[in-house]
Formats: sequence, C-alpha cells, structure tokens
Amino acid sequence: MIKFKEYIKPKTIEDAYNLLTTKNAEIIGGGAFLRLSNRKIDVAIDLIDANLNFINEINDSVEIGSMVTISEFEENPVLSKLYNGFLKNVSETVLSFQMRNIITVGGTLYPKYGFSDLITALLVLPTEVYLYKSGKFSVEDFLKTRLEHKDILAKIVIKKENLKTSFQYIRNSEYDFSILNVAVSKGNEVKIAVGGRPAVAQLAYKTMQFLHGKDLNEEIIKEAAKMVSEEIPFADDIKASKEYRKKVCEALVKRALLEVM
Amino acid sequence: MKEVTRKIPKKDALGLLLGKPVYTDDLAPKNSLIVKILRSPHAFAKIKNIDTLEATNIEGIECILTYKDVPRIPVTRAGQGYPEPSPHDWYILDEYVRYVGDEVAIVAGKDEKCVDEALKKIKVEYEVFEPVLDFEKAEGHSSVIHPEKETHPMFEIGFDAQKNIAASYEMEIGSVEEELKKCDVVVSERFYTQAQAHVAFEPHSAASYIDMQGRLVILTSTQVPFHVRRIIAEAFDIPIKNIRVIKPRIGGGFGGKQAVHGEPFVAAVTLKTGKPAKIVYTRQEVFEATYSRHPMRYDITLGATKDGKLKVIDMQGLSDTGAYGEHALTTFMVAGSKTLPMYNKVDAVRFKGKVVYTNKVPAGAYRGYGAIQGNFALESAIDLLAEKLGMDPAEFRRKNMIREGETSPIFKIMGEGREGVDMVVRSCKLNECLEEGMKLINWKEKFPRKKISETKYRGVGLAIAMQGSGIANIDMGAAVLKLNDDGSFNLLVGATDLGTGSDTILAQIAAEVLNVPTEDIIVYSSDTDLTPFDVGAYASSTTYVSGNAVKRAAEKMKKLIIKEGALKLGLDESKVDFDGKYIYEINGNKKVSLKELATVLLYTENQKQLISDASYVGEESPPPFMAGFAEVEVDIETGKVKLINYVAVVDCGVTINPNLARIQVEGGLVQGIGMTLFEDVKYSPNGKLLTNNLMHYKIPSRLDIGNIIVKFVESYEPTGPFGAKSVAEIGIDTPPAAIANAIYNAVGVRIKTLPITPEKILMNLNKK
Amino acid sequence: MKINVTINNEKKELEIAPDDILLDVLRRYGYHSVRRGCDTGMCGICTVLLDGKPVPSCSIFAARVDGHEITTVEGLPEAKELAKILAEEGADQCGFCSPGLIVNTVYLKKLKIKKIEEVKIKLIGNLCRCTGYVGQHRAIEKFLGVEK
Repeated sequence: MIKFKEYIKPKTIEDAYNLLTTKNAEIIGGGAFLRLSNRKIDVAIDLIDANLNFINEINDSVEIGSMVTISEFEENPVLSKLYNGFLKNVSETVLSFQMRNIITVGGTLYPKYGFSDLITALLVLPTEVYLYKSGKFSVEDFLKTRLEHKDILAKIVIKKENLKTSFQYIRNSEYDFSILNVAVSKGNEVKIAVGGRPAVAQLAYKTMQFLHGKDLNEEIIKEAAKMVSEEIPFADDIKASKEYRKKVCEALVKRALLEVM
Repeated sequence: MKEVTRKIPKKDALGLLLGKPVYTDDLAPKNSLIVKILRSPHAFAKIKNIDTLEATNIEGIECILTYKDVPRIPVTRAGQGYPEPSPHDWYILDEYVRYVGDEVAIVAGKDEKCVDEALKKIKVEYEVFEPVLDFEKAEGHSSVIHPEKETHPMFEIGFDAQKNIAASYEMEIGSVEEELKKCDVVVSERFYTQAQAHVAFEPHSAASYIDMQGRLVILTSTQVPFHVRRIIAEAFDIPIKNIRVIKPRIGGGFGGKQAVHGEPFVAAVTLKTGKPAKIVYTRQEVFEATYSRHPMRYDITLGATKDGKLKVIDMQGLSDTGAYGEHALTTFMVAGSKTLPMYNKVDAVRFKGKVVYTNKVPAGAYRGYGAIQGNFALESAIDLLAEKLGMDPAEFRRKNMIREGETSPIFKIMGEGREGVDMVVRSCKLNECLEEGMKLINWKEKFPRKKISETKYRGVGLAIAMQGSGIANIDMGAAVLKLNDDGSFNLLVGATDLGTGSDTILAQIAAEVLNVPTEDIIVYSSDTDLTPFDVGAYASSTTYVSGNAVKRAAEKMKKLIIKEGALKLGLDESKVDFDGKYIYEINGNKKVSLKELATVLLYTENQKQLISDASYVGEESPPPFMAGFAEVEVDIETGKVKLINYVAVVDCGVTINPNLARIQVEGGLVQGIGMTLFEDVKYSPNGKLLTNNLMHYKIPSRLDIGNIIVKFVESYEPTGPFGAKSVAEIGIDTPPAAIANAIYNAVGVRIKTLPITPEKILMNLNKK
Repeated sequence: MKINVTINNEKKELEIAPDDILLDVLRRYGYHSVRRGCDTGMCGICTVLLDGKPVPSCSIFAARVDGHEITTVEGLPEAKELAKILAEEGADQCGFCSPGLIVNTVYLKKLKIKKIEEVKIKLIGNLCRCTGYVGQHRAIEKFLGVEK
C-alpha cells in the first residue's frame, strides 16, 4: 500500500506543479493498482479538480485533458467517433468498465506502461503530448525521453487525418492485459507500433522505412511482418516468452497490414 | 413429487444478493483486534532468532506471538473424518518455515495500521536451507522438509518423512505386465496438471471471542465447522466442550475451506488476551498461504485388442502436496478410484505412486479432488488409443465404459485413505449422456475437424467422468426437526451451505416427506452448539449423506405427528394419516389441523415438544456420471483457443432443485475450463509464488467460456434421497481432457501439460 | 480529516485518514454490501457508483470522493427487481460477488444496452467463481430485455 500524510486536490495545474516540486509528493493518476505499490510519501496530489478533464474539438484536432478517463473513448461522442471508432475499439477491451471509469489518459501515458493498449494505438496516430513544464512532444519522442525532473502531463492532442487503422492483440483470457499488441495506420506513410513486448510500445522504423513508397500487397505484407518481428526487441515475462511474442508479432502485423491494405 | 424437483430460489438468496451483513467479516465483533500474520520470505529456513520487542512497543499492539508462545502439538489442518488420513505435520507456529508464506508470527492490535507497522518491525534471523521446489526431485532430496520427530501419520499411509514422502499407495488387479503382452495396441504417455487456485471470492476469514461462560467461540468461513472444533481443541489441548464454532454465510469454498486456516491464529490471540479478534486474509495471502490443488504427474499405459477392447490400464503417479501433507493420500487415491471404474471391463489394472513434500504452497482439497487430475490423463490417453486403433473415440468409450447394474473391483479396493466399499452401480445413464451429448454437439457432423479459414480450425473432443456421493462408511450427517406452534418446522443440520443452496435442498427434502411447502421449513445450519454433527461440505456429500439424514428425520417426524394426532383424535395410529395440513381419519371424518395439534401440544394437552432426529452414513457412494463435449476454434498463427461450445450431459440421479443442480454443473465446468486454458501457476526460482493476484492468475471471465449447454439425463438412485446423487464436483472433471482432445482433433497438437496456453500450442505447431 | 459525501442519497460527514481507501471507509461505516474480493481492481466485487458511474472502490482514495456522491446496492431501487430475477435462476450461489454485479448491471439498464455481447463486455470486470456466469446471463438478459 502507498501511505501518505496529506491528500491535496489542487485547483490548478500550477498549484499541483508547485506541490510536486517542493514536497515529497506524487501525482495520483486514476488510482488503479496503487494498492500494489508499497511506499511512503508525504503528499498525494489528486488532479481531479485541476480542470484537466476537458475534451475539446478544435479545428482538425481533439485535445484531451490528462484526467479524462479512458471510458470516454467509448462514451464521449467526439472521442468514440475518432478515426472511425479506432480508439473506442481499443479502449473498450482494456481491463474492465469499472477500471476504465477511473483510469485516466495521463495515468496511462505518464508512467509509460508496457502493457498499455492505448499507448500502442496512439503511437500510430498524429498525437502530441503536452507536459506542464517540459512542453510539447510527439508521443513517440515522449516515450523515448527520460524527463530530467518531475512534471505533469497536461493534455494530449490528436490530429484528425485521413488514415486507415488497425489494432490487433493477443491475450489468452479476454480479461487480461495483452501479451502483445500491434497498431498500424496508413495514410501517405505506414506506421507500425508494437506494444506489450512486454516493455513499452515502440514504432518499427526499419520496416516503416522499407514500406515507404511501396504499395501494399500480400507479398510485401508478409515480408514486412517478418521484418517487424526481427526488428522489435522482445523479452520474457510472466505471461509469455520472448520467442512466442516474436512469432505472434509477425502474425499480428500481417493481419493489421492486410486490414489497411 | 411436489417439493423435490421444484426450482425454488435459495432461502438466503435475496439477503445475499442485496448485500446483507452475513459473512464472517460483517459479523465479527466490532471491537475485534485485527490479526495479521508475519510470513516467511524463505521457502525453507529455521528461525534462529526472533525479536518482537520494538514491534510490541508500537502503540495499539496487543500481542505478538511466536512459536515460543503457542502449544506445539502436531495436527493436520485438513478437515477430514477422524482419525485423519493426512499426516499430523503442522504446528500452530513452528521454528521451521517450509514455504514462502508460512507463518512466522501472529500480530494483534487495535487497527490495521499499527499491525502493519508491527509486521515490519519484527526482526527475524533465519538459517536458510536449500528448498525443494521440483516435485520430481523431492524424494530423497538432501533437504528434508519435515525433519522433526513429532510429525506422524494417524495410521499406515505410506508416510516416510525422511525421504520427503507424505504418502504412497499401490494396488494391482490382475497382471499388468502379462496382460500388456497380449494387447495388439499399446499407448504410453505422461501428463501433468498444475496447482490450480480455488479463488473463492470471500477470502478466508475468522473471528473469535470468549462468551459469557468463558468458552471460546469461533466464527469462521469454513466448510467443516465440526472438524474445525476438533482440530482447534487438539492443537491447543483444550476440551472440545469449551469451543463453539459457528459458520455464517460463506463466500465460496470449493475445497479451499475444508481445513483450518485463520482459526488457530485468532484463537491464539483470544485465548491469550481474552479479547475478540479477527483475521481476514488478503487475496495475496489466499494465493500464497492457504491451499491449492495438488499438481500431479501421471504415466499412463493403456492396452487394447485390435477389435477395440480395452484390456489394461496402468496409472503411475506422483503428486506434490507442498509443505504440508493435507489430503495427500486421499486426493492421490481419488485420481484412481474416481476414474478407473469407468472402464470396468479390463483384465488388469494398476494404480501406484507417491505423494511428496516440496517447499511450495501446501496443496489441499479442491473440487474434483484428484479425479480431475486423473481424468485429464486417462481421458487424454483413451483418445490416443482410439486414434491408434482407428476408432471414433466416442465409439471406443461406448464399447468399454461401465453400465447400469455393473460393478468394478476398484470400488472395494480403493477408498479414500483406506479400503473402499463393494458396490453395484444401481443408477448409471452414462451411455444416454454420451448419446445425448453427441447429438447436442453434432458429433457426427463435426468430428474431428472443420477448416474455418486459412488460419482457423475447429475441432470437437470429448471425455467422460464419474464422481462419488460422499465417502462411504466415513461421512456422517445428522438432522433434527422440531415442530413449532404454527405448524412450521425448524430443521437443524450440521451440513454446511457454502452458497451451493444445500440449506434449501435439505428443506425441500424434509418438505417432500412431510408434504408441507418448503417455505414452512426453517433451516439453521452449521453451529456446533446448536446443530447436530455433520462432517461438512466436501466429497459431494451434502445432498446424498445429509439429505438422507434429513429424509429419515422427517419420516420420524411424520410418524410422531401421526401418533400424537391419533391420540388427539382418540383413534388408533393405524387409522389416521397426515397429509401435510391435517391429521385425519383414513375412513372417517375426524381430523385435526397440524397447526392446532402443534399449538395444543405446546400449550394445553399432552404437552410436549415434537422433535425428531436421524443420522446417516452412506454404505455406498453412488457415482454421478457425465459426458463432456468441447468444440474449439484454434488460430494456427497465434495458438489461441476459442471455446465455441461446451456440452455437458449429466446423470446425477433426480435433481432435487433443477436450478441449483444446473448452476453447480455450469460453475464446475467453468472452473474446469479455467484449469484447462487459463489458470497458470508460476514460481520464482527461489520458491515465491508469482501468480499471486488476479492480474497474473487468470480465472475465466464471462467472455472466455463460449456457449455452455447443460442437460440432465435423469436416473433414479435407489439409495439416494428421492433418487438423488451428488452434483457438486462432477461438472469440473471433463474440460481438461475434452478440450485437449478437441484441440488435438482441430490442429493435431497434443498438449499434455496443463494449462493449455496459446504459447504451448503455437510452439508445438511449429515443431510439426 | 473529514469528508462530506452523499451516500445513498444521505449526506454524511466521515472521518478518514488521508490514505484510506474508499472500500475500507464504506465498510467501516457499515456499508457491508461493499466487499473486498481482490485488492487489485480486478474482481469487481467492490463496485459502487461514483457520481452515477460504476467504479472499483478498492482503487479510489476516500479523500477523492469529498463532495461527491456514492451509491451502493442498498441505495439502488432497481436492485430488488434484478435480485429477484437472479434468485429465480439460482444465479446467486455464494452471493459474495452479487452486489457489485447488480450495481454494474443496473447502470447498464440506464445505458439501455440490449445486445448480450455488449453486456458481457461491460460486465467482464465482474468475476464470479461459483455460477460459471451462465445463470447470471439468463437473469440479466431478462432484466435488461436483451434482444435474442
């Protein structure tokens, strides 16, 4: 259990940031899995009242506050229609409905959870991550960057473009984290992301480069799928072996590419 | 039949559904000390020194008990008939710790926070030993898990602690070696099953207090209140008369609560402090420090003649009982005794093997209790044999399986922990189950496989199973019926309703005999002060054993009512009868209502309390049977198995309450499906259970189970109450083999180690 | 610290520690229908409505709900109807997981969900070890008027 002496719900992100940087404090995201950790802090900061649960459609973008729960991808009329329901479909099978009602966008992205399906999906969309102090990152840069100091994820912005998308995952029980997940988008370029490796999702740059300027056909897709499974590093964990992930990755990438062909 | 076969809701249903305070933690005294356990971080160690001083000084801490503060009397936690077939190898606390999670100290304080803090402040120095983690290397390992001389069996069970053997068993009928030589076709394979966790959703909980007479009262989530009373008395060396055990409503058991778990720890605190105390296990503790299913290995050899007659079964097993030998011998024997009689026409059969100690989570009773382990091995091997013979596996079973009116020598030779009971199977509709199931799954059309797409294949597979109904000559249940002034009855039973609905079923049986509505039977169960003895809820015994006791008690009550009614009417007993409402003159007009008679008896004339009692011990253990059929879809690029259909056709005799019988089968099937496909158990290299929460240990969700179809083929068991047999366990047995067979039929991959994960399938597909 | 919460339409002032979990606080104040099944948010047994939406009370700090509204099975008038249907199917069994299931299912009725597959997706986080779910589905189909 996480133990603390004070629970503060700051009214602004600025207040939250000041608390975070001046005290032995942590941001409590949605609250999921907190019972699993075992540490003591002085202050728990809950951003629930910090006006970060907005969903705004601005021109060709949607900005989503970090305290928006991921159930909004199912329920909010703007988010559920984004990319023809792509994010709705992805989030709808994340854990349970109850959990999705507390898991937040910020609470998923900021810790860079390897098991996240949503991160993999966002990686193939034009997504930007806004941190209160460190500023704007593309989601792929954000995942690669080690922040030098504590920060607060304020919002993400997803641009609406004309992309075909596909999301694939493998689980044994449907009610589980994915053993491996794959997201693909196709506009002018093809983007391929692999997550649950079990480390955090990453893009398959080499394969994306290989596909640059090529028309997708079954032959090329097969080759690309193989290439992704060679390119992406995998590891063992409690759910599956490295070897299994590698094999399944090839199958899932193939399926995803066939879907966007 | 009016009350029996009625689909009535459980008597406690609305109270449970609407969240009334009915479980142990809801009912524990408000001022209970909070009890938690300091658990061993080592798989095998000896406590060299334990310093509790700093922890004791924390504000709010009431007491901290170590092995130096509690009696050291070897007992078994297994809640079984006495003397138990499990070795007495467990101590309330001991200087040895034998698995990660074993108890080191008991901490009691005024709230969770101070107790949590104290747990961190206890300083323990361990002498760490090399643990025994691989059960295949346990026998004769240089680490001896129970070196202490006090540990002993209660009778001969093949116990040899110096070699890490908790129990062993061997039997042979005919000569396996000789008969195998005569067989045209022989198959030999090795199978493994895992340490499935029960995951009853109410975690193990217990509370205790001293009542106004100075007696120890224990409120506990248990399947076996009378065994708990006996074991606590033994472990603390206090008289049974000074202990009362009350079972409130229970949030599931499945065998996991057929033992003492938290009870000794709260009792120790209450006995020490005189104060009420309670313990509620965390989910992690339930995984790491209660019970699991015994993992087993079986080497099966089958021999047949080329015309498809099964001639020989040889089952050689090894079972892993973990750190303590609870249910060690009996689960092992059941793997044979509840599978081998299905093929009763063989010329030779052998069953032998050992149950070994390891430094892992102790194994105990779990629904299926050996039968599911044995069934997976035997029913998988039967399919291998049928294939080698070029026979349809359904046809092979039809030709070789047991039929009504037949017997098997196994019944007499193998009991539970001792000899069994000779019996003829009086009710057996296994053949009808098989035929009906083949129709429902559309076997002829679907066997063995259909190609769905380039990457997906569907296959069907089947398995048959049997269980028992209580343990013959051991399990005893008793019932008391008491007439109230409004003509209603109190039914007092020691039988233990875990949520199964047994209170309701027993009331239906009493109501049927008395010809009154079930609503007029008020049931009170499982309180060692107020209800008669019952061994408890295990071994599929309640409907059959306790049900027979209730039926007898009700028949006695009916006679009493007729006798007293006749007196009231001034007639000879032979001239009156009782129809549930009136005691009436058979060929005449005189009558008195039950209500009037009851009131008169209590208040005005011939005053007395009508009360009847009866006990029942099964002389036989009639097996329920079933045929299970799985249809699966296998993705050959990912190895993922999707269960499409599961058909279960069951013969459990007459279903006293068809709704509750159906739910028992459905629930059992899904636990069996979980064991087959999802419930993986993993340990760290130093012996810590890693699958210790519901994120890592996956029980089936409602999206994982496909379409489940349950059907009953009714038989009538003459020894059962109104023709009933048991139904609690039979549902769990077939999924492992039926699904494994279906997967093989779909894609040609034979998985012999449970659970069958996508990874195992894909890796085997790639080997082909 | 003190928090003000509306529980089942009653305004309450509760004394809590800053790091108390909502589930523990609800039980401490006598809302026994809210039960602990797993500690990791996976079992769904402790589900309550927070401002009308189902959430796992084991994964929320009590301090968060200051000024908000909590509903347990005791505060849901529709619970009785569903409970009756579940009982008729024998789908209660041990009953430990039932209040959480009922809270979530009553919410689905508000969403007017009519397809059984969608119902299962939304209820996936309500685990049950006794019934095998099938009886629950028979009852829930009736309660929600699921299209066959």
